[in-house]
Amino acid sequence: MAKSSIKSEKFIELIMILCSLISVLTTIGIILVLSIDTVKFFSEVSFFDFITDPQWTPLFEDKHFGILPLLAGTILTTLIATLLAVPIGVSIAVYLNEYASKKFTATVKPILEILAAVPTVVYGFFALQFVTPLLQTFIPSLAGFNALSPGLVMGIMIIPYITSLSEDALSAVPKSLREASYGLGASKLQTAFKVMVPAASSGIIVSIILAISRALGETMIVAIAAGQQPNLTLNPLESVETITTYIVQVSMGDVPQASLEYRTIFAAGITLFAFTFLLNNISFWIQKKYQNRYD
Amino acid sequence: MFNLKSPFSKLILVVIAALFSSCFKSYEGKINIDGSSTVYPLTEAVSEEFRDIRPEIRVTVGVSGTGGGFKKFLRNEIDISNASRPISKSELEQSKKSGIDFIEIPVSYDGLAVVVSKNNDFVDYLTVEELHKMWAPESQHKIIKWNQIRPEWPDAPLNLYGAGTSSGTYDYFTEAINGKAKASRGDYTASEDDNVLVQGVSTDINGLGYFGLAYYSENKDKLKLVPIKVDKNSEAIYPTDETVQNGSYQPLSRPEFIYVNVQSAQSPLVQEYIKFYLENAGTLAKEVGYVALPAAVYILSYEKFKNLKTGSIFENESTVGANLLELLKKHSE
Repeated sequence: MAKSSIKSEKFIELIMILCSLISVLTTIGIILVLSIDTVKFFSEVSFFDFITDPQWTPLFEDKHFGILPLLAGTILTTLIATLLAVPIGVSIAVYLNEYASKKFTATVKPILEILAAVPTVVYGFFALQFVTPLLQTFIPSLAGFNALSPGLVMGIMIIPYITSLSEDALSAVPKSLREASYGLGASKLQTAFKVMVPAASSGIIVSIILAISRALGETMIVAIAAGQQPNLTLNPLESVETITTYIVQVSMGDVPQASLEYRTIFAAGITLFAFTFLLNNISFWIQKKYQNRYD
Repeated sequence: MFNLKSPFSKLILVVIAALFSSCFKSYEGKINIDGSSTVYPLTEAVSEEFRDIRPEIRVTVGVSGTGGGFKKFLRNEIDISNASRPISKSELEQSKKSGIDFIEIPVSYDGLAVVVSKNNDFVDYLTVEELHKMWAPESQHKIIKWNQIRPEWPDAPLNLYGAGTSSGTYDYFTEAINGKAKASRGDYTASEDDNVLVQGVSTDINGLGYFGLAYYSENKDKLKLVPIKVDKNSEAIYPTDETVQNGSYQPLSRPEFIYVNVQSAQSPLVQEYIKFYLENAGTLAKEVGYVALPAAVYILSYEKFKNLKTGSIFENESTVGANLLELLKKHSE
């Protein structure tokens, strides 16, 4: 009897190891696939050109392989999203934690999280068909495909990521800090922004970084509403192409596999991967360093 | 729980049975079509009518661009390839290598429409030279404002929208305007999906784009058509049925084709479909915004199809300014 229970214990352990291996192996596989074609790509295109050429036209006669225009598009849309989402997201978190009643928080938080559950293709059409025409009534020179509208919509999409994690960080701040602040005669607003937010800052920063890396990798919204024109600009009113949009464009089109044109998507993909990998590591590092400050 | 005698579960059984029978409906045969997004509306219209009279034949029409269509065609994956340009030299070689013979059938004329936003009030016409200046490979990152095209036009950004590199429209436009197929600037919004281009130009006051006339006809309320002058002193011509068919809308009118795999052409189903296609292409072409070919061309083409006459009449000819009837006659002699 005892023997068999040990056996089944071992068996379950094995299954769990296998499950965790699947995700690890997938990651390694992705990195390998990306690297192999990227190495082939850089055997034909110089790395220096890749990071300095201001033009990206691999599908045309006059080929240029500068990643900068795609990177500019990606960073621009992400920046707009972040600028919108951070103040709103953090304010909501502070409100829910400091001002709102428990009952209100319990109702509003799940509703807010629905925002994260909206399919991104719906957000994309919302940007293209509603937000862009709306913005054009204020800014007549705004192009039909532009960085601003999908950037703003992407900002709305990542608000729940920031709010949710920031709220957790704020509620983890020891009660004694808040009480001490009140005891010194601070107002509610002072307590919230001068005591609670700085105390929870590591958690808030982590939430922001995770939201940024979510925005960097976002595909559908920008593919639908930001346009498909590699454009080295930081002007939000112009049409841009992000790295993700380019990958979609090429993999859905008729570019022959195993050609240089096709390999561009791997080089673009690994650039994106490098950025999100870096951001995730920074957030991991911050979390680790400041985690138990108040224990 | 499952009481088969209750009326409710009986109803469910009936519904399930009905669903399954429609899912697994057996077809008499299948015709696979793929290729150009420009020819798609016509082939789809023909196929819809065809499905009405022969619902037991399954006709599927895909859209992957002329180049993409030929790729599948030459891998023997489809029976018919829609093409908005004749088969290219390299595709011809490929077809000889893989032993895939085809019958080329012109099905309609299409004009390429050059369009601007409805709110654009300064573009009255464009000459071919001005179009060349806008789209030439040398203009990349240099011609970026409207006043560089004509000094009296505003100092506003020139936002271009055009066909993606694997579409026949792209090949035709670049050949007609820049003198060489596939020679174009690369800094514009390029898409194989004409609806993306319509969306782009219609919402961009500084935009200019080109695509098949059919997509203009469907979106007349959102776009403004630009008439074209061959040179400075000639008349500005709008693409209409008449100007496209009589060839006065130059150089942006072109024939559209379907390519039939010669093996598929021996199947009675495909024969029935092609017969139906050529009988109805004229009327349906007008309905979807294209221009019908002269009736004699449809008759000659059908003869050619029945005789399984393979090869392209454009092997050594350009389609720019081509007279289809004469070419077909010459070819069938």
